[in-house]
Parts: sequence; C-alpha cells; structure tokens
Amino acid sequence: MTGERTYKVYAIENGTVIDHIPTPLALKVVRILGLEAEGIMTIGIGFRSKTLLGGKDVVKVENRILSPAETDMVALIAPEATINIIRNGKVQEKRKISLPSEVWDVLTCPNPNCATNQLGARRHFLLEERGTVTYRCRYCERSTTVNPDNLRYS
Amino acid sequence: MSPDDLWSVVEATGRVKHGNPGEFLAGRTVAVMFFEPSTRTRLSFESAVLQSGGRVFGFANPTATSQSKGESFADTIRTVAGYCDAMVIRHPVEGAARMASELSGTPVINAGDGSNQHPTQTFLDLFTMYESLGRLEGLRVGMMGDLKYGRTVHSLTHALAMFGAELAFIAPPSLDMPEHVLDGLRGSSIRFRQLRQPEEAADLGLDFLYVTRIQKERFGDPQEYASVAHSYTVTRDTVSALGGGVRIMHPLPRVDEISEDVDALPNALYFIQAHNGVPTRRALLGLVTGGLE
Repeated sequence: MTGERTYKVYAIENGTVIDHIPTPLALKVVRILGLEAEGIMTIGIGFRSKTLLGGKDVVKVENRILSPAETDMVALIAPEATINIIRNGKVQEKRKISLPSEVWDVLTCPNPNCATNQLGARRHFLLEERGTVTYRCRYCERSTTVNPDNLRYS
Repeated sequence: MSPDDLWSVVEATGRVKHGNPGEFLAGRTVAVMFFEPSTRTRLSFESAVLQSGGRVFGFANPTATSQSKGESFADTIRTVAGYCDAMVIRHPVEGAARMASELSGTPVINAGDGSNQHPTQTFLDLFTMYESLGRLEGLRVGMMGDLKYGRTVHSLTHALAMFGAELAFIAPPSLDMPEHVLDGLRGSSIRFRQLRQPEEAADLGLDFLYVTRIQKERFGDPQEYASVAHSYTVTRDTVSALGGGVRIMHPLPRVDEISEDVDALPNALYFIQAHNGVPTRRALLGLVTGGLE
C-alpha cells in the first residue's frame, strides 16, 4: 500500500526527488533550499512509511538537479531523507546526505547579544561534532542545536 | 589558535620586554576604538603603540562618534580601516571584533567582545606564567572566584589545556565553571578537579592561584554575598596553606578578594601581571602589522 501511494505522486522526467522527509516538514525543506520560486514542484504530505512512524513527505523538484551542497542542507531537519536524481525518467543517482560542515544564513543564533543579531553580521555556523546537529556560531562562539524552529528562511 | 600560535606571542612578548626591539611601529598608525568603557585595557594599548614609536588615535566612548547619529558598525569600521594600519576594538556585542576583521584588510585586535573573549588578557596571563616559572607545559593552576561568568578564566582554561595543565576550580556552587568549559576538558587528557575552598587545594602543590572578583550583583541576597565573598578572600594564611611556592595572580581590578597584606609577599604577581599588558600588546601590534617578525 505504502509503495503504491508513493508512485501516485506525479513522476518527473528530470529533476530531484527528496523522499523520506518526516511529516510535516516538506514545506520547511522547500524553504531551507530556497526553492519556492524554482518552477514546477510536486509536494506530497503524510504518506505512510515503514521507517517514519509519523508519516513521510516527498518533494519532487522538476528540471532542477540540486547539488550535494544543497541537498546536504536537508540533513539539518531531516537527516533520514533520501535524494534521487532523475534524468530522462530514470534514477541516475541515489544520494545520501550528511550534515553540512558550514551553514550560512538559515540558522539563527540564540544569543541575543551576538553580532549576527545586533550588528548585521551574516549568520554563519560551523558544525561542532559529526553525529550531532550542534553548530557553533562563528561570531559569538555559542553552540546551538538545530531544530525546525530555529531556522530562518529568506 | 594552536599551541604554536600562543607560544609565538609569548615568545615575542619576551623579546619586547627583555630585548631591545626598537621603534618597530614607527610610521604606523593604530586606531584604538572602544565602544564600551575600559580604562586599563585602552590605556595599555595606547601606551603600547607610543612605546613602540607608532601613532595612535581613537575614542573611548561611542557617544562621541557618528554611531550616535545612527551610522552602522560596519560603515564605521570600513571608514576607519582606511585611516590606520591596525585597529584595536572593544565592543559590548559578542563577535564584533571578528565581524570587523572581515570587513576590511586592516588587521583587527580584539580587546574584548561582550562576554565572549578577551584574548589579550589571556596572552598576558600566559606570558606572566612563563616569565615567572620558565615554562608553560604541565602547570598546576588553581582558579578561584567567579568561574561562571568570568571570561578570563574560560579563555585561560582553554589555553592552559593546550599545554597539558593540571587544573583546580575553586568556587561556590552558584559560580561553578560552566559545563561547556568542563565538557571541553573531559574529552582531553587534562586533569581537573572542582573544590569549594582554597584550603582544599593545600596538597596539590599549585604553581599559580588565579583569583577573580566575585561580583555582588550576581547575588540576590546581600548576606549570601557577604558570606561567599569572605570565604573566597586570599590572605597570608591562604598563601601559607597552599605552600610557599604558589604565585597569586588576578586580572584586576580587585575589590577585597586578595587582602592587601599579601601585596608585599614575593608570591604576589598581580601588579607585574598588569604591567605585562603593555609588552604583550606591543608584541601583538608588532606581529599583526609586520613590525615584528
């Protein structure tokens, strides 16, 4: 049943499929990637999944091959997501994602007295330790754990 | 920074203080920009520039600048960067100095950014320890007082850990060293312990006791403050208990956490430490401008 439903999300000829996003994070994934104005996209929300008990979302971006640096950004909120690159209707690449070592713009510093919040410094975080979602602000040097609520979208 | 980087600053400070480095900032101009007041740090930077033959200008208070007209920090920095060979910046916002360093090609020295870092203090502390004992490796250091909010003890802990120190943190429970600093040590080979009273460190053979001020405003209850402040005062008895070889340091200003009768003991290092601010800052200015190698 689960598999059948997935296939009923409109298949794409060329582009990027982001699968196994925990429900309801599909729209946040689109916003983290800044894809709102990228053209045709199919978003499926709330499919049943064997691995994600709360359900899974799928995002299909047409005619846009996302780079590994872009798809790694998805790991900030959905580390279990999988990426398929589609060319001419076939899966050309199955890509695993990993946490980016640096994050610009989308993560906000929780320290109100940080230069990013007070002086307009561009938000820039460095991964603290592999295997955790903890990042350290390059300016005030405080560390913060990423969750969907402390991400800011352009 | 790596241990080699720290060592190169300590070594250059030694050359400046005990050698004859000459006027290595001659022909160079340094902007000393203090966006919040600080007497000791600002004056020691200005003295450092002048003693090295350089010229210095700046401000001690941002209300006297275009910032009060609403100019952005970034614009102020970009403008002043064109007037000088190096900038010294103190700012109440954390990360301000790093941001400034990215806005122009002019070198920036961080003279304190909010509660984050005060690296020139750490350099002068390290130099004072090296000058006093002839080494930085394997020092046994006690830190006492406000370990929770004191940024100098956080930076110093980080630096000493690179040289394999053995550390004792002496504080009341409400002012303990923060967990994020301790976590940094737990993953390393550094040995540390947490104590409640200085006398508990009696058999550790401390080389240094680094004392910081306990700030009254951290306590809601004045009586609690009074009792804590009293038990964390260094007296001649404390020095005797810790062993004759212990050297007492303090970033100053002190209030009453070191009793004045300790000043006359050879163990008292805090005024020498304060004076080392000048050669340390001279060395840093020389290194960032290329005046010193």
